[in-house]
Amino acid sequence: MKRIFPILAVLSAAFLAYATYRNLAVAPTDELQGDVYRIIYYHVPSAWTAFLLFFINFIASIEYLVSEKPSAKAAARWIVIAIGVVGVIASFLPQVQAMLPTGMRPSAVATTVIMIPAFYFLIGWLFPGQRLDVLAVTSAEVGVVFCTIVLVTGPIWARPVWGIWWAPGDIRLTSTLVLWLIYVSYLVLRRFSSSAQTQMLAAALAVFGALDVPLVYFSIWFFRTQHPQPVIGGGGSMDPRMLDTLLMSWMAFLFFAFLVCWARFRLEVMKRDVEEAHAMESLVGAGAGKASVPLTRSSR
Amino acid sequence: MNAVKFLIAAYIATWVIHGTYLATLVSRFRGLKRQMKELGKK
Repeated sequence: MKRIFPILAVLSAAFLAYATYRNLAVAPTDELQGDVYRIIYYHVPSAWTAFLLFFINFIASIEYLVSEKPSAKAAARWIVIAIGVVGVIASFLPQVQAMLPTGMRPSAVATTVIMIPAFYFLIGWLFPGQRLDVLAVTSAEVGVVFCTIVLVTGPIWARPVWGIWWAPGDIRLTSTLVLWLIYVSYLVLRRFSSSAQTQMLAAALAVFGALDVPLVYFSIWFFRTQHPQPVIGGGGSMDPRMLDTLLMSWMAFLFFAFLVCWARFRLEVMKRDVEEAHAMESLVGAGAGKASVPLTRSSR
Repeated sequence: MNAVKFLIAAYIATWVIHGTYLATLVSRFRGLKRQMKELGKK
């Protein structure tokens, strides 16, 4: 890691700089909003990255919860496979397609559904045992950082376009704020609880927290909101140059998020090693103390 | 255009948040390194 990480960090900085240059200089100006619309190139990729990280946290938390019992682990594996198979078949049934909002493609639904078993098995294979919990805390923390950016850049964009900083009662805005609060409470629980059950409690909270992610994402598909309707895959149209720039910006942020997660993961492993070493040290100290007690008593 | 200041503010805010988070990571990393050194000495 010592060798490759700085190289990747430099590459990430260059990629982000290039993406920002494209955001500001290459993408065309929006006819209605002018240049302020360029906030989309930071706001939307940050939201997508946060959703992906919370999804990883959700999968890692489920796997951690079932990891204790082999029967639960086997059941979860079959449930995940069933979700993938049934979800893909269902997304192409005419009855299900009729329920999809306008502009949502069945292939997009099938791809999203197939991601659940794909991520489940990939994460389980790459992060066995306690590493699942380390991945969960890592993805939650970095996800909160990206979600914070969404909540900060959103009102800055809303002010010149809507004339207000925040639309109270808007379901997209409120559900995003609730999502952020859930994951902040998850991190607070992990930081300040000293119970032996903290990891399990946090994993359970993460599973409930993840239920808010689809609500945030689909809120603009199913409800009329102050927040704009989806411009990608939602029947809306976007200039191809704008779309290219948006996807490029997302790739740059994804790469950056991957590196930050990598560093945070290493930090968490290191922290646990130090805590273990401290615990061992105090055990050895206590053992020495206990050994000295009977000696003192017998000497009396 | 006056709205451009909002664009600049959003971009600056993004990097301030990322920068602050990275600074906390570096600070935590240094703290752990120090603790590891102390443990190594004992």
